[in-house]
Formats: sequence, structure tokens, C-alpha cells
Amino acid sequence: MNDRTRTLIDPIFVANPVTLQVLGICSALAVTTSLATSLVMSAALIFVLTLASSIISLIRNHIPRSIRLIVQITIIASLVIVVDQVLQAYLFAMSKLLSVFVGLIVTNCIVLGRAEGFAMHNPPGASLLDAIGNGLGYALILVVIGTVRELLGAGTLMGVTVLPTTAQGGWFTPWGLMALPPSAFFLLGLLVWAVRAIRPEQAEPLAEQFDGEAPR
Amino acid sequence: MASANPLSWWRGFLALPNDAPAKTLGVALLVALVCSLVVSITAVALKPLKDANRLAESAAHITGIAEIMGGGLPDTRFVDLATGAYVDRDPGTRTDLPRERDLAGLNRREDVATVFELRDGGKLKLVVLPVRGTGYQSTLKGYLALKADLNTVAALIFYEHEETPGIGSRIEDSAWQGLWPGKQVADAEGVIRIELVKGAGAGVHQVDGISGATRTSTGITKLMRFWLGPDGYGPYLERLRTEAGR
Repeated sequence: MNDRTRTLIDPIFVANPVTLQVLGICSALAVTTSLATSLVMSAALIFVLTLASSIISLIRNHIPRSIRLIVQITIIASLVIVVDQVLQAYLFAMSKLLSVFVGLIVTNCIVLGRAEGFAMHNPPGASLLDAIGNGLGYALILVVIGTVRELLGAGTLMGVTVLPTTAQGGWFTPWGLMALPPSAFFLLGLLVWAVRAIRPEQAEPLAEQFDGEAPR
Repeated sequence: MASANPLSWWRGFLALPNDAPAKTLGVALLVALVCSLVVSITAVALKPLKDANRLAESAAHITGIAEIMGGGLPDTRFVDLATGAYVDRDPGTRTDLPRERDLAGLNRREDVATVFELRDGGKLKLVVLPVRGTGYQSTLKGYLALKADLNTVAALIFYEHEETPGIGSRIEDSAWQGLWPGKQVADAEGVIRIELVKGAGAGVHQVDGISGATRTSTGITKLMRFWLGPDGYGPYLERLRTEAGR
């Protein structure tokens, strides 16, 4: 794998921003009640992330250090408002389901994290790939959790009945917990566990291995 | 940098060290300017579409209520709120509310309101009144539907608000909105009694408030009192009552 492919692919499977860095989980918990909301939220985040990283990377040599975070947040917030407005204009019902969580992309640590950690030091091309990779990494987790929650919580996928529920005369009793935010926490925990079981090097060192240091 | 040529001035600006105050200020201003332009253009360009969406949604609500109540499309009427009389059109004018009478925290209210009446052979069956008021952190907008006696609630729905998700936002839940039908807004003397109380919403004038959303609940009590009172639809409802009594 050359560097470019690595920049794009790594954040999806290897250094996934959600499972490795545990970033962006606020929205991962909130909007994953169904697959459709997960997909739209992922698309919104990918749009904001790629544009923000590209723009910040383009002007990175002219951003004064003292105000760099303000400049980054201003750009990110503007993009988020644009996405929110577009959703309200063209996908009104969806924007009501996502409610405040589109607006909260501003505070999604993945966006600022990639801007500050990658786009500020890399040319636009690489930043774009990094942003797409991280966006897809986030999307992958949301889609997995959204699929499980919608399937077990409502017996549907994208609104189409997969498991006929008892209320419809079928056999499946919806698992109420899956419709609630804590279930996303459990699923996310299981995912992180699975990923770290496969790749033990991602596990954080245990507290007692910090020799002589106070626990943090 | 002192050159009159804008291009060389621009190059001079870019060549400044990033720490220079002029550069810091310049970059901040430019970023702010470009971002505000993008945001403003999007907001203005998409406003017609967003408004159309909102309008379609509220229209769906009104026909939805009317359908539940026995079918038929409601008539749209313009009502002069001060006198309660029908007028031909909405002039779009507004009146400032004195603070002591501004229960719903509106500052101003329109002079002519759009109401929806469902009639069956001339006899009033249902009236749908748009209501709004200040909740905890946003303006709540909704519709209050009253049955023919103009005292029994047929439905109260809120279609627009920005209350705390999961707490105040429960005013949108059908479970909560389902508490309203059948409640009486006023007592036998015509005094508006409807209120939200926590825990025990047993009375005929009482609806269970939302725990954790005290200010949203208080806001709804106040907006009901305002819109049913003399500064709201009071004169109009009074006129409908006399009309029905005749």
C-alpha cells in the first residue's frame, strides 16, 4: 500500500476515529436509532469534514497560530450551518429526526481533530484523503450500530420490515432497549472490544503499568 | 506593501509573518467575511424552500386534526383579534403587548389571526386556533383545537420548538399530546382554568406537566391563558358562543 491509499484506508479499518480514539461518540449514540438517520448523519459529517480539512489545509500557511482554533471552528461552523440549512430545505422530515445533532457536528471532535492534527500540517490532497477516510470510518461505525439498533429495536431496515413484529401479527418482539441511547453505548463498547481483541496493540495500557505515576 | 496595485498589496499581506498583528487581524476578518457571506447566501437562498416545508407541515396538521374529528376540509377564516369579527384579509400588522398582559412572552401579537373552522351544515363542529408562546429556550408553535362547545379540547399539538431534546421536546410526543383531548379550558363561570401540574393531572382542567421541563410546562400554561384570554381569541370565541346560542 502506498502512502496515499494508506491515508485513505487506515482511518476506516485500522485507526478508526470512533473505535481507536473514541471520538465523535455523542452523535454515534444519538442518531443511530435507524439506518436512514445514520446514513444521512454520516453524509453530513463527511461533507463537513472533507471541505473543512481541504479549506484549512489550503490556507494552513497563513493561519496565525494564536487564532488557529478560532479560524478552524469558524470554517467548520459555517459548513455545518450550510448542511443544516440544506437538510431543512430538501430533507425536511429527516432534519427533524436529526434535530440538534447536525448542528452539533461543530463540536464533533473528529472534525476539529483532523483539522488540527492533520490538515494544518499536510497539503490539500492528502488532507482530503485523510478526511474522506476518517469520515468513512465514522460512517462505518454509525451504519453498523444503526443497522443493529433498527433491526432489533423495530424489526425494520431503512423502514422496510425485515422481522415482522408481533404488533403486525409476526413473531418478533422488538427489543425496546435498542431504541434507547444506552444500547448504542453497549454496542459501541462491544465494537471497541472486538477491534481491540483483533488488534491488541490498540488497547490502552492498564493503569498499573504507569510505573510510579499517579493514576489519571 | 505601500503600492497602489491591489495584487501586490495582497502579496505583501500574504508575505507578512503569521504572528504580525496586521496579518492576524486580516486573516480573522477575511475568514469571518467569507464565512458570513456563505452562511447568509445559503440562508437567504433556501428560505423559500424551508418556509414551504413548514407551511406544508402545518397544513398537514390542520387537515389531520379535522380528519380525526369527523372529516371535511376546514375553512380558513381571518379574525380581527381585538373585536373577534371576521375580516377579509390579513393586513400583516402587529400590536405591542404591555408587559403585564404579555403572558406568553410574545412582545407583539398580530392584529388579524388565521383560524380554521370545521362546520357541518353551518353548525360549528371544530375550531383550530394557532397558538404560540415562550417555553424554556424557544418559541413553541402549535395548534389548539376546540370542540363545538368551545370549551372542550379536541387536540393540542406543537409542531415547532427548540426545547431541550429528550426533555422539553416531549411536548411533541403523541403520548403527551394524547393527555389533552377532553380537558376543559374554562370552568362554569367562563374563567380560564386549564393548567399543567406536575404528577397529578387528574382534574378536568389539569394536564400532567413534563417532569424536568418545568419552564416548558409553565410556558404552555401561560400561552393557553393568553390565547384563550381577552388579548388572544377571547373576543372571537365569545362571538362564536353568542352566535351558537341564538
